[in-house]
Amino acid sequence: MRNLLPILTVLGGLVLIWYLAVAPMNIRTALDQAERAGATILPEGSVERRSVSALRLMADNPWHIRAAYGLDRPRLPTPMQVGQEFWKTTGDMALKGRAFSNRSLIYHAWITLQSTLWGFALGTAVGILGAVAIVYSRVADMSLMPWGIISQTIPIVALAPMIIVVSSQLGIEGRGVPKAIISAYLCFFPVLVGMVKGLRAPEASQLDLLKTYDANGWQSFFKLRLPASLPFLFTSLKIGIAAALVGTIVGELPTGAVSGLGARILIGDQFGAPLAIWSALFAAAILAGLLVTLLDLTQRVALGRMGGRT
Amino acid sequence: MAQDPVIQAQNLSLTFQTNDGPVHALKDVDLTIEKGEFVSFIGPSGCGKTTFLRCIAALEKPTAGNLMVNGLTPDEARRKRAYGYVFQSAGLYPWRTIGGNIRLPLEIMGYAKSDMADRVQHVLKLVELDGFEKKFPWQLSGGMQQRASIARALAFDADILLMDEPFGALDEIVRDHLNEQLLKLWAKTGKTVGFVTHSIPEAVYLSTKIVVMSPRPGRITDVIESTLPRERPLDLRETPEFLALSHRVREGLRAGHSYD
Repeated sequence: MRNLLPILTVLGGLVLIWYLAVAPMNIRTALDQAERAGATILPEGSVERRSVSALRLMADNPWHIRAAYGLDRPRLPTPMQVGQEFWKTTGDMALKGRAFSNRSLIYHAWITLQSTLWGFALGTAVGILGAVAIVYSRVADMSLMPWGIISQTIPIVALAPMIIVVSSQLGIEGRGVPKAIISAYLCFFPVLVGMVKGLRAPEASQLDLLKTYDANGWQSFFKLRLPASLPFLFTSLKIGIAAALVGTIVGELPTGAVSGLGARILIGDQFGAPLAIWSALFAAAILAGLLVTLLDLTQRVALGRMGGRT
Repeated sequence: MAQDPVIQAQNLSLTFQTNDGPVHALKDVDLTIEKGEFVSFIGPSGCGKTTFLRCIAALEKPTAGNLMVNGLTPDEARRKRAYGYVFQSAGLYPWRTIGGNIRLPLEIMGYAKSDMADRVQHVLKLVELDGFEKKFPWQLSGGMQQRASIARALAFDADILLMDEPFGALDEIVRDHLNEQLLKLWAKTGKTVGFVTHSIPEAVYLSTKIVVMSPRPGRITDVIESTLPRERPLDLRETPEFLALSHRVREGLRAGHSYD
């Protein structure tokens, strides 16, 4: 694991910056609370302090900086606080046998994961089929590709509620299907672009060679184009699955969903619970990390078998 | 009874239409190749030697004239898998082993599994690559990769072997060795070979017939029947006979203004 050290160094740096940022972000709230509790703060009064910079406040009231790191509803929680909240809503609940209670992030992550995987499957299928059509048909190349690009310029946040309204209008129960569609909408594009490039990767001489064998279209697809496209496909899939997860979370945000990581983020925002937002955010990041790692391992095994250098 | 020629071209022309006007890649080419001949096509870039080979392989379509391969049109001959084609780049599939690459044409042509294994062993021995069946292309040197691509073209029963500058990207030492091997292979298999090159010694050393071509428009300036014996050790290249032939090829190239 020789790449562990650089990763940990960067992580350490990020955590350090985070801790340093907590004090200026939270100092006003901390000072307000201390003043209410009877301490003398410079300058007096929360309105007065608005015109003073956070760093100045920290310099004038050094004894209260510590409090900025232990607020109940901080503007920016510390990594420690987020970690504790995260544990409380995942591991701790799992230990108590309530992993799938609706207060548990495991439950919400599971809901999000399902939609993500359906969206990923749908988006990948659409992307691959679209790429095959584009590579084999000039008409599709001229017509599909521009629409593919245009589709990605429409903000998904604007489109998501419409998809949900239309799907409920069509009598589709629940939010699973529309969420998967929203997720597929974001996920198909990288797969499409990667596969078009991959299927076109073989050189002219390699296609000529197959012609000298009098190979038919199926043979040149399955024996040359498809295997040649696999390295491109895996790279696209890794981008695609991350996009699918983002799509699902976006699909959960503006739609009044009550479960899923996106719903947790929204509820945390509405109820002024930053810790809930942050731990849902972490759950999403961990989920994305796991999914990408899984695909990466599959890629290594698959390409290793296909003569990849080790 | 006289045998039909393997390849027969009459007044063959091919004109590419480009934005800068028509390009005459081939103009009024007449050539007959008999069974078992080793024919080299030599000339500078743009003389149409590769185009002519690609016409035989039905990878290009002549715009005028007549071309017969084994008494068929080139496209019919291609459908009957009459020839194996070796490109300048070995073009092995990186995701297939050497054995897998040689099996590729056999799979496409629907050979039986047991037959495939025998054929792979046979051609690997022919190009002296036995033992490399399970290696991947990147594990082999450039010369070995090109030998594997020749093995791939030999694996099925085509009696014509078309080679487009197969050793062009290799260094001279490897090239000498492969030339020697190719001659042995030709003697063993009795195939008809069409070989494109721009090296005079290579053409003279290998061929029974040397076709000298020149550009703008691509045409044949000389056809030289080699007087060299079939048995050709490498030091044959220092004999007066060899040098005389080389001289004639050079003269032919000069006559076609190829040095302009």
